[in-house]
Amino acid sequence: MMGSENQGFEEAHLFASREEMENLVLDEPLSNHNNHQNNNSYSSYRSATSSISDTTHHPLSPPILATPADSDPLLSPPLYRNLNASDNNSYIEPPSYSDVIFSPFDENSVNEINGLDSPSKNPESSLTLSRSPSSSSDYVKITVSNPKKEQETANSLVPGGNTYYTYLITTRTNIPEFGSSEFSVRRRFRDVVTLSDRLAEAYRGYFIPPRPDKNVVESQVMQKQEFVEQRRVALEKYLRRLAEHPVIGLSDELKVFLQVEGRLPLATSTDVASRMLDGAVKLPKQLFGESTAVVAPHEVVQPAKGGRDLLRLFKELKQSVANDWGGSKPPVVEEDKLFMEKKEWIHDLEQQLSNASQQAEALVKAQQDMGETMGELGLAFIKLTKFENEEAIFNPQRVRAADMKCLATAAVKASRFYRELNAQTVKHLDTLHEYLGLMLAVHGAFSDRSSALLTVQTLLSELSTLHSRAEKLEAASSKIFGGDKSRVRKIEELKETIRVTEDAKNVAIREYERIKENNRCELERLDNERRADFLNMLKGFVVNQVGYAEKISNVWAKVAEETSGYAKDSS
Amino acid sequence: MIIAQRSLSGSSQSPRSPSSQPFLSVSVTDPVKLGNGVQAYISYRVITKTNFPEYQGPEKIVIRRYSDFVWLRDRLFEKYKGIFIPPLPEKSAVEKFRFSAEFIEMRRQALDVFVNRIASHNELQQSDDLRTFLQADEETMERLRSQETGIFKKPADLMQMFKDVQTKVSDVVLGKEKPVEESNPEYEKLKHYIFELENHLAEAQKHAYRLVKRHRELGQSLSDFGKAAKLLGACEEQALGKAFSELGAKSETLSVKLQREAHQLLMNFEEPLKDYVRAVQSIKATIGERANAFRQQCELAETIKLKEINLDKLMLTRSDRVGEAEHEYKELKAESEEATRRFETIVRLMNEEIVRFQEQKTQDMGIAFHEFAKGQARLANSTADAWRSLLPKLEACSSA
Repeated sequence: MMGSENQGFEEAHLFASREEMENLVLDEPLSNHNNHQNNNSYSSYRSATSSISDTTHHPLSPPILATPADSDPLLSPPLYRNLNASDNNSYIEPPSYSDVIFSPFDENSVNEINGLDSPSKNPESSLTLSRSPSSSSDYVKITVSNPKKEQETANSLVPGGNTYYTYLITTRTNIPEFGSSEFSVRRRFRDVVTLSDRLAEAYRGYFIPPRPDKNVVESQVMQKQEFVEQRRVALEKYLRRLAEHPVIGLSDELKVFLQVEGRLPLATSTDVASRMLDGAVKLPKQLFGESTAVVAPHEVVQPAKGGRDLLRLFKELKQSVANDWGGSKPPVVEEDKLFMEKKEWIHDLEQQLSNASQQAEALVKAQQDMGETMGELGLAFIKLTKFENEEAIFNPQRVRAADMKCLATAAVKASRFYRELNAQTVKHLDTLHEYLGLMLAVHGAFSDRSSALLTVQTLLSELSTLHSRAEKLEAASSKIFGGDKSRVRKIEELKETIRVTEDAKNVAIREYERIKENNRCELERLDNERRADFLNMLKGFVVNQVGYAEKISNVWAKVAEETSGYAKDSS
Repeated sequence: MIIAQRSLSGSSQSPRSPSSQPFLSVSVTDPVKLGNGVQAYISYRVITKTNFPEYQGPEKIVIRRYSDFVWLRDRLFEKYKGIFIPPLPEKSAVEKFRFSAEFIEMRRQALDVFVNRIASHNELQQSDDLRTFLQADEETMERLRSQETGIFKKPADLMQMFKDVQTKVSDVVLGKEKPVEESNPEYEKLKHYIFELENHLAEAQKHAYRLVKRHRELGQSLSDFGKAAKLLGACEEQALGKAFSELGAKSETLSVKLQREAHQLLMNFEEPLKDYVRAVQSIKATIGERANAFRQQCELAETIKLKEINLDKLMLTRSDRVGEAEHEYKELKAESEEATRRFETIVRLMNEEIVRFQEQKTQDMGIAFHEFAKGQARLANSTADAWRSLLPKLEACSSA
């Protein structure tokens, strides 16, 4: 994301925190040493690219509570270490570093890094808190790979055959609900859009991770390979985030998406054209028909969308205008003061996150540049050393050459450290970017709530209109002796409409309450997870800085030592 | 300030302190901006402390400006061919930079070093021009300075002149393609070394300068990041909010340290490297002088040969121009010997100078490296300490 180089990644191992070293001493024996080390309790909101910071459970810290409402513990995929064991070979530490002793904090840290440096056991970066230690064994690992070009089948609107790409989506899991421990499907991006739409309908009020953009422009402008790769990465991130969500991760929609071969059998996603058609057909009946158009109860659980629900849309729009501009108070309002405050706070948080995220990027760039320039300086001096040595006639030249070499070597080492530091910093500060992305999901959940409320308000208004109309009719009808057959019939119809609308209103209110509850739960989960994630981020960042600062300091201290003779000589 | 020791052989001692060694020490201080607008310039106070008898007294203070230093350098270059004249800091090309505090300080330091190197050089310290520079009143200095404009050309120009002359000589005087150069393999090696060295050093200096910039940039971004962290912390509750704001505070502290270290790096590492480059350029100028001297010697040698031939011819024909020709011949012979002597002096001096140069540079670089390493270690330690102090607080947050 921020250009963390592969090189940085490959070298970025030698970083055990004190906690991690303590863990290794204090651990209960586990069958797989790797397993425990690699026990990652991830933020559900945090996407993980492979082999990023492990979080190890600090035995001395109490676990942070998982959200109460869920029956399932928070999914905490320890992810990729176990499964990446073979991949790790590509991250083997260069031999020179196995000599580096890293004891950043105190003389008491028992396990020096030396003993831990076997490639398969390379501990990685920061210590973190586990958020739900009990669920440490559950995981879902999703990989997106192997993009393939395929042909559109015959009934495409565009002549000449359209091509599209499919991606292989592989899932490994030990969660029993999935029915199997490993499976794959091929999906195209359109399927992902469908999945996302279905989830939005089914999980109103939840913080649903936003799906990758369609990127229509980019897909035309970019190189195909690059675009496909970019999309592959985005898809992987998205699916992993979905899997991490305590509720959505176990949803049927996701399960079907991940498991069922062939065409995505999610509820028909009617394409836009037929939707519009549908709506246009209904509208005249609604406008001119005798009965006022009724919102069927089952429709009420979805927001009014274009196409089918034109009239409903119109009514709700009228209602919202009345809410905003009309003198009268709407029948039901957002009463929850707490919620309003939360909303304001979310807005504020988002702003600060955005700012912090920007500054984090700038910081990373500055660290990167420092490392690069330091390295270039080192190289320049190495060239000078070589030159002086080759051309040396006088002894001072050789001495100078030796001094330069000393400096150059240190500069090159320091440069490497800066770049490693940076690779780690990127991973830690990534949390900021992740939460910024989450804000979109929060907005979605809040707008689910508003639109549900609007539906309720609209229905209530309508009911009151219907009631008053019924009253008028009854009053008029009672004046006529013997009854007014046509009026009576109208009253009957009206009463029927009222009954249906009353049902719809009740359903709408239930839906609204449900969404409110979802909001509340998610906000609570956000609070808990955010607190843990941010603390982890801060700790990781700080530990990282300390560790590398010490390493760099040692490097230069040696040079200062070796050149200390000059200091005494100078006047 | 470097206390210069005079090379002695029966040198006089100061009557006031008969046991003290002769010394000459100079300091360039107290830069002050004078004048207005385009004509504005910086003046420096030059304080001389000495017990050399030729000087007007134990202490003298004069006011000098950059072009006075240039005058001194030019005079020394004229008079002491073969000696590597200490280099001057550049005239700044960029207008707005000219009066920045940093630039002024760097220049002052470089001028101080310049004068003291002259004062501590066995031969140069005896220069009349140095004495004038250190003692003359401002009006005299101004008069002298304006007389001398245009004589000294930049070493680069000099080299170009030398190359031009070289081709001209080979075409005109000798009528051959062969350039007039010494056929001294050791000297060739030295020339090659000097030219190559300049390239290498220039590159190192470039990166050193960039490194200074990087320190500044990192400092700036840490400061910005710290502010952002504090703001973010304001959104968060209690413990977490505090954690963020402490992080922000530490960031800002470190930012200050980085700016300071950037300045140190500039003065104690990048500037010495630049100075090294300048010194090498000064050597190139001396190489040019040597080439000139050699060329003159060769020219005269050739001319004498021709004159000899002519003279013999005249003598054979018993021409009445023999006397004249003999006279001319004698004059030329004297000139030629003079040219040879000048050339050989340059060669001898250069041989001494190169030894001194190598020693001095090893010393200078050693100090620069030491300061560099010390500064980096100091910075890294502060960084580690600052961040480390946060850890217990973060621990407390998580167990809260």
